[in-house]
Amino acid sequence: MADAPRDPAYVAFRYVGRKHRAVEHRRFVTGQGRYAADIQPLGLLHVAVVASPHASARILSIDTSAALAVPGVQAVLTGEEMNPNLEPMLPGVDAPKVKRYPLAQGVVRYAGEWVVAVVAETRAIAEDVSELVEIEYEQLPHVMDPERAIEPGAPLVHPAHGSNVIFRRVFTWGPVAQDCAAADHQLSYRVRWGRSSTVPMETFVVTCDWNDATGPLDVWASIQMPKYPDLLARCLRPSGNAVRVHFDVDVGGSYGVKRGLKHSILVGYLARMLGRPVRFLEDRIENMRGGDMQGPDRIFDVTLAFDTDSTVRSMRMRAVDDIGAYSGRAPLQLGKPVGAVVGPYRIKSVEYDAVSVMTNKTPQEAVRGFGQSPTNYALETRMDRVARFLGLDRVELRRRNMIRKHEFPYLIPSGTTYDSGDYEAVLDKALAAAGHQDLLRERDALRRKGMLAGIGISTCLEPSGGNSAFEPLFNPKNLTTTWMDSCLVRVDLNGAITAIMATSTSDQAHETLVSTCVGEVLHRDPDSIRVIHADSLGALPSNSLVGSRMAIMLGGAAAGAARKLRDKLIRIVAHNMEVPEDSIEWEGGDAVLRDDPTRRLGRDLLVEIAHRRYHQMPEGMEPGLQEKFVWEVPTGGMMPTADSKVQMYPCYSFESHVVLASIDPETARSP
Amino acid sequence: MTQGPATPAAPAHATVAITVNGRLHHRTVEPRTTLVDFLRETLGLTGSHVGCEHDVCGACAVLLDGDPVRACCIFAVQADGMSVTTVEGLAPERGEFSALQDAFCEAHALQCGYCTPGMLIACHDLLARNPNPDEEAIREAIGGNLCRCTGYQQIVDAVELAAAGKVAVHG
Repeated sequence: MADAPRDPAYVAFRYVGRKHRAVEHRRFVTGQGRYAADIQPLGLLHVAVVASPHASARILSIDTSAALAVPGVQAVLTGEEMNPNLEPMLPGVDAPKVKRYPLAQGVVRYAGEWVVAVVAETRAIAEDVSELVEIEYEQLPHVMDPERAIEPGAPLVHPAHGSNVIFRRVFTWGPVAQDCAAADHQLSYRVRWGRSSTVPMETFVVTCDWNDATGPLDVWASIQMPKYPDLLARCLRPSGNAVRVHFDVDVGGSYGVKRGLKHSILVGYLARMLGRPVRFLEDRIENMRGGDMQGPDRIFDVTLAFDTDSTVRSMRMRAVDDIGAYSGRAPLQLGKPVGAVVGPYRIKSVEYDAVSVMTNKTPQEAVRGFGQSPTNYALETRMDRVARFLGLDRVELRRRNMIRKHEFPYLIPSGTTYDSGDYEAVLDKALAAAGHQDLLRERDALRRKGMLAGIGISTCLEPSGGNSAFEPLFNPKNLTTTWMDSCLVRVDLNGAITAIMATSTSDQAHETLVSTCVGEVLHRDPDSIRVIHADSLGALPSNSLVGSRMAIMLGGAAAGAARKLRDKLIRIVAHNMEVPEDSIEWEGGDAVLRDDPTRRLGRDLLVEIAHRRYHQMPEGMEPGLQEKFVWEVPTGGMMPTADSKVQMYPCYSFESHVVLASIDPETARSP
Repeated sequence: MTQGPATPAAPAHATVAITVNGRLHHRTVEPRTTLVDFLRETLGLTGSHVGCEHDVCGACAVLLDGDPVRACCIFAVQADGMSVTTVEGLAPERGEFSALQDAFCEAHALQCGYCTPGMLIACHDLLARNPNPDEEAIREAIGGNLCRCTGYQQIVDAVELAAAGKVAVHG
């Protein structure tokens, strides 16, 4: 059978989009990865923490004498001793009195909050000794239910803030009241999204080393966090250039949660205090109790306005998110869904009441999807309700309301333009792949056997290319409009190419991404291109692999730097061949005159000219072959409008899921 | 700041002789040192990973006298006189891959790589016992190993690929 003709966009590339082995895999299958826990400086000390058993309590006393008497113990540290020497970690929204430090001081606000850190010669000694620290508490009233926390008289998690509501804003996009009044029906319901986690195989680990003579604080961490070096330096109070985060560590899965700021401040502080390398390696209990593993925890109240012909006209959505006892970027997880608040559906107006509430639960951190998944769940559950109300097939109802292929680019009420899509096609594919009719029969058979069984259908958008545009939307004092990423590409005297990226990867094969893009532009085999990770002091301005952004942002930065390098080479060729720049083509790494392919300038000679023969270079050109490119997020750069509309993220990939789930009603187990 | 005495602890120690990837190591260890900590921190063989430390995730799996075990739930002293194979010892020669390692690369049977050592050990053991496993046998063999990136399908594909001898071994 002859191959089907390829799309011109496919044919235009030689490496991009082709099946290719990831260069990273080679080290992982041979046990030669370099994860943060693999870095073991000589003289390494180990940290264990003592955590609060209470959700809310006053710390009456801490007795560390028994712990300190054990041989091998190097230090026992309390919040009272450490915190005055630190700047607090601040929330992503404007709530400066909601302060957080690595160790509690005076009161504890959730069970699992760290109170004391023990440092010892071995991890085993540190953990043993942590049990010898005597802490006396007096329990205080607590609040665990976010709706109760909003009520007057509820115990305040942070009395200085004056309320348990850390953020609330009601957005109205379009004529919601009019659209609701004009609709045939309105249906209100509640959706509960229980607290979820995205637990990686590797727990969080951070190692810090401090050099008394010169600094800086060297940091190796299993990290996926934008602005991590800057935040760490700010909280530890040295200047920014006194912290050096090494990004050349492999991260054993993150899914958004590898934040670890409080761990890193604590370990950085201890390393400076003791003048020794110090490591904190979470065990699994710590990872799930006090680590940064917990995600959104929401109550949605949704009202839908729709017509008998099944057109959904308008939506009111109230989302109350329980962020727990402290706030990092958690409230902003109500912000990302603004960019896909209507999902794949044509809903003309939306009211979105976003409420972020503090309780005495473990703090919520960023997890995969950054708040989008709960919103998708609320949207799709709603579509099922409407279908049931109208007595219509739920797939059919979805089809009737989906944005059609020819309607893209499509502007949604909250101000974001979806770039492209064909939602019906992907829904059809999912239904076919899952065998929807067979699945229905299987479901019915399970039900006859007494099982609880149901099929979930969901078409979701994945806003991609994170631009953090929710920051100014959720915090008027935050004027962030760029969320750049960067790459530097150089060709050495021997003609080999090295590309430098500026973040760790969570091991999503970013080295392969960069080498593919650079190889594509410069016509060189990607496997011949080495990609390295700069440390934070050597790095160009960059953020992080959040918001499904690296194919777009790091790929764009790498291609951009490679293009600048190619342009420079072309200028050298034009100068030497005395031809116009636009008469030159790039072919397999050599420059060729378009109208006379016998005239060419080979890449070896080009490299030689750029590195050694200044006299053959165009006047004013910098010698050597090295170019950087700092890329702003496409469609970024703008503040929200006065009516709170914003272009969130440049790309909107999409997917459909068809899932049959069953539960044994007696054991609650899924078979 | 409260700082403790600088003298390290001096717990009881035991001497072990353990062969790892064909090489005999004599070392003195604390009796409570787990085999995985011995491999990683005493011998510097960091290919075996620690995920759960309580016999759930399988990232620390190694072969002990040829049988797969969880190195987080065995003490180094229990392996005294025995032979251990870690992920570092699976390739026939330095710079080469075993057919299974090669198939893992080919089928993208990994992303972050953290579970990969344990997966390779489990699958290596399977193929040694059953050179032509069906999908059920493969899923059974990796049933004690967790992966949070792949969803397992590509791992199953890789084992099938290796079993079928369909990957050319890349150095």
